[in-house]
Parts: sequence; C-alpha cells; structure tokens
Amino acid sequence: MRQGPLGEQPHPHKGRTKDGLAGGELVARVLDATWADPPGLWGWFCAINHKAIGRRFLVTCLVFFALGGLLAATMRMQLSRPGNTLVGPDLYNQIFTMHGSTMMFLFAVPVMQALAIYLVPLMLGARATAFPRMTAYSYWIFLFGGLMLYAAFLVNSAPDAGWFSYVPLAGPAYGAGKRNDIWAQMITFTEVSALLDAVIIICTVFKMRAPGMTLNRIPLYVWAMLVVAFMIMFAMPAVALASAMLIMDRLVATHFFNPGEGGDVLLWQHLFWFFGHPEVYLIFIPGLGFMSAMIPTFARRPMFGYTAMVLSIIATGFLSFGLWVHHMFATNVPELGKTFFTAASMLIAIPTAVQIYCWIATLWTGRLNFKVPLYYVLSFFVILVIGGLTGLMLASVSLDSQVHDSYFVVAHLHYVLLGGAVFPLFGALYYWYPKFVGRLMSERLGRWSFWLMFVGFNVAFFPMHLLGMNGMPRRVYTYPAEMGWGTMNLVATIGAVTLALGIFLTLVNALRSARHGVLAGPDPWGAGTLEWATASPPRPSNFLATPIVYGRDPLWQGIPEGQPDHVSGLAADVREVLCTTVADAQADSRMMYPASTPMPFLAALATTIFFVGSIFTPWAVVWGAVLVAVPLVWWFWPTQGEAQEELALEKLDASLAAEKP
Amino acid sequence: MNPGVHDMLAAWGPQAGHVAWLWNIFLAICTVVFLAVLAALVLALRRAPRIDAPAPPDLSTVNVPEPRLRRSVTMAVAITIVGLLVLLAASVFTDRALARLPLRDAVNIRVTGHQWWWTVTYVDGPVSETFETANEIHVPVGRPVVVQLHASDVIHSLWIPSLTGKRDLIPGRSATLAFRADQPGIYRGQCAEFCGFQHAFMAFEVHAETAENFARWRQLQLAPAAEPAGAQAQRGKQLFQSIQCAMCHAIQGTLAQGKAGPDLTHLASRRTIGAGTLPNDAAHLASWIADPQRHKPGVNMPANPMSGADLAAIVSYLGSLK
Repeated sequence: MRQGPLGEQPHPHKGRTKDGLAGGELVARVLDATWADPPGLWGWFCAINHKAIGRRFLVTCLVFFALGGLLAATMRMQLSRPGNTLVGPDLYNQIFTMHGSTMMFLFAVPVMQALAIYLVPLMLGARATAFPRMTAYSYWIFLFGGLMLYAAFLVNSAPDAGWFSYVPLAGPAYGAGKRNDIWAQMITFTEVSALLDAVIIICTVFKMRAPGMTLNRIPLYVWAMLVVAFMIMFAMPAVALASAMLIMDRLVATHFFNPGEGGDVLLWQHLFWFFGHPEVYLIFIPGLGFMSAMIPTFARRPMFGYTAMVLSIIATGFLSFGLWVHHMFATNVPELGKTFFTAASMLIAIPTAVQIYCWIATLWTGRLNFKVPLYYVLSFFVILVIGGLTGLMLASVSLDSQVHDSYFVVAHLHYVLLGGAVFPLFGALYYWYPKFVGRLMSERLGRWSFWLMFVGFNVAFFPMHLLGMNGMPRRVYTYPAEMGWGTMNLVATIGAVTLALGIFLTLVNALRSARHGVLAGPDPWGAGTLEWATASPPRPSNFLATPIVYGRDPLWQGIPEGQPDHVSGLAADVREVLCTTVADAQADSRMMYPASTPMPFLAALATTIFFVGSIFTPWAVVWGAVLVAVPLVWWFWPTQGEAQEELALEKLDASLAAEKP
Repeated sequence: MNPGVHDMLAAWGPQAGHVAWLWNIFLAICTVVFLAVLAALVLALRRAPRIDAPAPPDLSTVNVPEPRLRRSVTMAVAITIVGLLVLLAASVFTDRALARLPLRDAVNIRVTGHQWWWTVTYVDGPVSETFETANEIHVPVGRPVVVQLHASDVIHSLWIPSLTGKRDLIPGRSATLAFRADQPGIYRGQCAEFCGFQHAFMAFEVHAETAENFARWRQLQLAPAAEPAGAQAQRGKQLFQSIQCAMCHAIQGTLAQGKAGPDLTHLASRRTIGAGTLPNDAAHLASWIADPQRHKPGVNMPANPMSGADLAAIVSYLGSLK
C-alpha cells in the first residue's frame, strides 16, 4: 500500500469490510460497532448519531411544550373570573411572554426540526444527517438557550414585553433590568440552532438521498422540511439582526429604535414580522408534511396530486415572505401598501386549499384504516380550516382594524397553530412512535386523548372569537366584571383544562407503551416510505445496505424485475457514506464521516458563556470569541486515526486495482 | 358601573357600520366554505370503505392520471379563487368607504397615549379655545371627529369597537383616525397594544352628545376650575397645591400646573378615575388617592399617606371640580 503525500501510513486493515446484505449478521454487527456512539455517561456527551440527537431534541422540545402549557394553564386560571388576583400584572406579563416565546422558539419550530433530524435520513435511505457534529452542537445550543430563559424566569428576570418584544416597551427606556436582554439573547441561541439545523436538512436532502430517489420521488414530508429549511435561512437573519440591534440599544446605547435620536420604532416591527410571519409557516408547513405522510398510509393509496402538492408547499413558503405587514395594519404604514398585503395574504390561501382538496381526494378514493393518527389528521380539516378562514378576515385591512390585537386574534392563531401543527404533530407522534421505541401506543388511550384534546381545544378557543369581537384586548392580566367577559372566559378555562387532560393522557400513553405496548416490527402501518424498511428502532447505521429507489412509495412499489434492490460496497468498519447528485440522486461520491466527540458539547458550553456574558458586558463578545475558538479548533483538528482511515479508503481501490491487473 | 357599548357588531357610527357589513360578508362566505369542506370530508369518510388491518395498498393509480379527481380538485380551486376575489373586492371597497367619511365641519382632537392613561386635547379654534381633559372624549352626534394620535412613551392603540377600528399611537410618528357617532350614548374604548404593567386598565370613554349638550360641555371645560364653596373644600384646595398632588397634576386657575398626570380641572365631570379603573365617586376617589397601587398595581401615581381629615378635604375639593 502506498503512503500519503506527507508519508502517512494508511490504516492497515480498516476499509476492507464492505456493507451489503450478503455479509449477513456479521457485517451488520460491524456496522453497528462503526456507527454507534460510545457507551456510558461520557458517550452521552459524545453522541453525534442523528437518532440519539433527534430523540433528545424531541424530548427537550416536548418538555418545553409542557412548560409552555403550564404557563398557559396559569393564564387561563387567572382569567377564569374578572378581577382575579392569582397573579399580578408583573408576573402575568412575564408568563404570557414566556408562554409565547417558549411555544414559538423552544417548541414549535425546533420540534419540527427535531423530528426531521430523526426521520429525514431514514426516509431518504441515508446513514446519517449531513454534518453530524453540527447536529449535536445545534442541539446543545438550543438546550442551553432554553435553560437560560427558564433560569431567568426562576429568578424573576423573565422577559415581559411579549414574544414580539415591541420597542420602545422592550427598549432601554421602558424595559427594566435584564429581562429583555435575556429575550434577545434567547433569540440568538435558538437562531444559531435553527440555522444550523436548516443547513443540515438542506444538505441531507440534496446530497444524501438513496440512489434513484430523484427530486420528484422525495416523500412529501421531506419536501415540506426542505422548504422549511430554506425559509429558515431567509427568515431567521431578520430577527437575528433585530435582536442584535435591540441588545445593542440596551447594552451599548445605540439608538436604532429611538425616535428621539433619529431611530425608528417601526423598523423593529418590519424586521420582526419579516421573520415572524414566515415563522408561522415554519410551524405550519411541517404540519402539512405530517398530513401528507399519514394520509396515504391510512387511506391505503399513494397521495393524489404529488406535483401539485410539492408546488403548493413551495408556493406557500415563497408567499409567506410577502405577508408581514398584515401584522402592522393598525400602524400608519401607507394605506395602498396595506391593500397589497391584503391581496398577498388572501393569495396564500390558494396553495393551502389545493393541498386540502388533494387530501380529501385521496381519502375519497382510499380505503380507511381508522387508527389514532388518522383522527388527529382529520381534526386538521375542522380546526385549521376555521383558523385559515379567520385568517382571511385578519387579512382585510378594515376588518383587521376591529379584531387586531383582540382575543379574536388569540383564537385565530391558536386555531392555526394547534390545528395546523400541534394536532398533526400529535398524529405524527402516534404514527412514528413505533419507529422511535419499537412498540405501538395504545389505541384506546389514544382515542380518549384525541377526543379530550379536540373537544377541549374548541371549548377553550372558540369563545375567544366572541370575546375579541366584544372588545376584549389581548395581553390583559385581568378585566373588570362589568365588561361581561367573565362567563366566556370561564368556559375557555374549562376547555383549556380538558385540553391539558387530553395532552396528559398522550404522555401517559407514551410512557406506558414504552414498556407495555404491542411490539411494532419494522412496518406496523404498512406504509410506503423508506423509514419503514428498517428495524424499529433502527440500528445505529439505519440501513445495513443503502436501498435503491424506483418510485415515490418504495415499499409499496417494490423492485422492478431484474433490478438491484440495494447498493453495496461502502466500508462497514469505517463511517463511510454515499453522496448522490442533487436532482437525479445518482451515486456521486463517497464521504468519510467524523468520529463521535464531546467537542460539540464543549463548544456549545463555550458559546453559552459567550452569549450569556454579552448580556452583561459588551467585552464578552471579545473574550467570548476566543473562548469559543478553543473547542472549535480542537473540534476540527484532524486526528491521526481518522487520517489513516481516510487514507486507507482512498488508497484501497487503487491498490486493489494494482493487485488485480 | 355601566361600561358603555363595546361590541364591533353593535355599530353606532358609519365606520364601525362599514366593518360590521364587511364582517357579515366574510362570515357568510367563510361559513359556506367551511361547511363545504366539512361536507366533502364527511362524504369522503362515508364513501371510503373501512379496513381493519393494513391491507395491501391500492397501486392502480401509480403513474396513471385520475381525470375525475383532477377535475373536481381543479373546480374546487377555481371556486376558491372566485371566493377570494369576492372577499378581496369587498375588503377594498370597505377600505374606500372608510376613507371617504366626509370630514367637513369636523371636531379636531389630539389624543396622547401615556402609560396607562390618555390625554385628550381639543385643538379647534384659537389657543384660548383649546383645552385638555383625560380619559373621556366628548363628541357631538352626527359630526365627524378627527383624532390626531400621539404617544409619549411606548406604543398604544386607540380602539372604540362600536364606533371605529383601532389605530396605533406610535412614538415619533403621527397618525389620524376619523370617526362619527350617530347616536347619543357612552361608548367604551381601550388600549389595544400591549403597553406594560397596566395595559389591562387603560380604558377611556367616548360620550356622544347632542349638539347643545356638547356645546354646554365644551363651555364648561373651557372655564377654569370653580372656586370651591365650603371650608373643607377650601382646605382641600390649599392642600392640593401645597403637597405632592401639584407636582404631577394641573388644575387650571390654581397653582397646580403639573404635567405628568391627568389634568384634573373638571375631574368631577368625568365618569371614571384611573383610566376606567374605578367609578368616580367620593369613596373610590379617596381609596384611589390613598393607594392607587391597590387598584392599579404598577401605576405611576404613588401612594399618598395622609390623615383622614386631609384626605377628606382633598376628595371634597376634587368633588367640587364640576
């Protein structure tokens, strides 16, 4: 064997064991050993396998969901009767800000990314996500950002200017203490995490699909996540910029938002909503993806109108950047401009309508396997449609002038976000739970949970439409008895308790089924996409051999006569993966994957010190950069072992060729 | 305390009327759409056969066009687009109708939002005929009102559901809002943009009155505060000017000229105190002055510990400011 350019020796034996089904159990074990993260507590910090990270990410997001839900329950208790004194205005403002920030930044967007980190490689027939260490880093950053926010809440320093942090209320003159700095920096944390995950998802989808999975065969859920990832790339920088300006206004006395010094208050709103409106679709489009994944499975037929569905998702993602001013109809932006945003806001209803009609068409011509995930899917058609229609009302400048910032909007946004994202997400949790755990969740408990959630949700949020029209503004910690809002608020609280009970039942179900559920096997639902082709839960390498895809539903459509069903020949004892071309998914190149390492964890720790430090002193930006550089250099420093393995792979084929004339 | 009318569908002026009309159109079309989607779904569910275990999938449609389904979906999308165009047109025409409120002979008012109350300044005529009040807007029935909106600290939003939709008061920017009340009555309004601690208690009232009543009210407001009758009220006046009250509040015709809080020149003519927090009577006023934080925690007015006699004197004086 030849040496490397600097005289390095290739690894003596690595790279010679190849994957593929022919190798049987022996190769399977080699693959397991190659792709598994190190064991034990130390290994836990070293993990970079996308399934480990995805699982943790998902559980963390669900914990934040529960915390956000407890905050919501506190608000509903406070509002259940007029003049209630359970929480005062100071705490209430922190609570509703924490609820909104948690749900938007620590649950709704990241939970979708978490599921994607776990599922997308499985659905694409890949061994891992692109940039596995970055996946781990983005998780740790997210976790630390969330912990910082809740630590601040525990010491009475939670942000209190709303999840939208409008200036000047959140600015240096009116936002006291460090509360809104915490908010701005929490944005930085989730920002970094979301952007990194977006890069990971885009690269995974574009370069790591199984051979044969051309762009027009990608599962619709993966399409949805691809569009979401691109949207994140364009939307998140706006809020990153805004929150950086806010923290500079507060920390080093810049005057970006101070009208007294030539700044502009509305600049904040433009920047925030340029992110904030696409944000809604970042949450909603994965929901559409869940729908498109589950409906064909439970209707037992391929999705009707695949191309229309894909184009609709792309159109939704594109149009969502042209709606932001409809959050600002009450401001004095020019009236003619507002009308443009009315038209754009109505336009975006069309792609959603196309998808809804395609789903109904699929159900219409299918045979229905009525399981719990399908219940959640069907609730979308009631809840999201109501939310979408009230959205049309909010899109009208005149109508919005009445209902804007009233409880009508609270009702609307919960109908959209719960109907469009949370209910499909719960369906998705029931649907993919066996892939995570290996067992099915209980159908009986699932149905109970669904009905409690569905009824509770509507009882909680429908009356809010009426409250808003009756003049009840949002974000009030209480209201006088003579306004006559008491009864409907009490009804809403009762609904909220019912909803919480339903969610709790799903939690019980998940915990119980992990031990006592029916064993699922690789494909309990008889679904058509690749994640069901592998064991539940999948082995560390996902697939013993990379599958080859011949249709949109590979498991249903099978392998054409005389064609190979998998690719073999990747190294089994080295982390080697197959990269394919962007459009046609033809085998393109082979790539070495890095080893598991605690460096992402340590780098995230350093980044956290940097970010939290810069809440208190601008100098943290200077020494924080140095601090972060240390683990990053370590992270990217090539090790001898890796160089040897890489060299072995590189030289192996050449030497084999040389041996066999 | 009767809170006054506050319902966007109980419209008592042309602006709210236009929006209520638009609401009816939207509600009708949206209800039809919702029922249609639901009906299609229910039909689909009734039509599709049930299977228990995952049966083999139906692959007859792979790479085979489904012209009937495609036609139905295309039709549904076309109808959706038509419906959206109708809504868009209705919305644009309502915008136009709102913008065309005749403004001849308008009453001009400037409203300034503060944390958490409203200054109302009547700016018509020469400076001698302008005056300031707080948290209560009086307007003549049938005449348009043009409100200039300003904010002194953070963003607020003026909303009178039964008369007109809302408009933000933004620091560093000016905006106007025009409306008309067609029936006499009390219409409640409230700040609609989250503005801190007491966003919940930042209400105000619009009193729509006949032309004569409005003119009488206006004359009353233009006059400086009446000299109190009676020893207790007299002592209240002296106290008011000599202790902390005068640091923040103005009473025209006296030494009290503070600008941080509401103008109290004709406090007794108003229906509420604390921006709609409490009814304006002697007992509530006394309780408010002694400790506003009890009623409106976080409000900028501090507690004012003083003897019962002093408090009674001040309340008696304020009660005389008709």
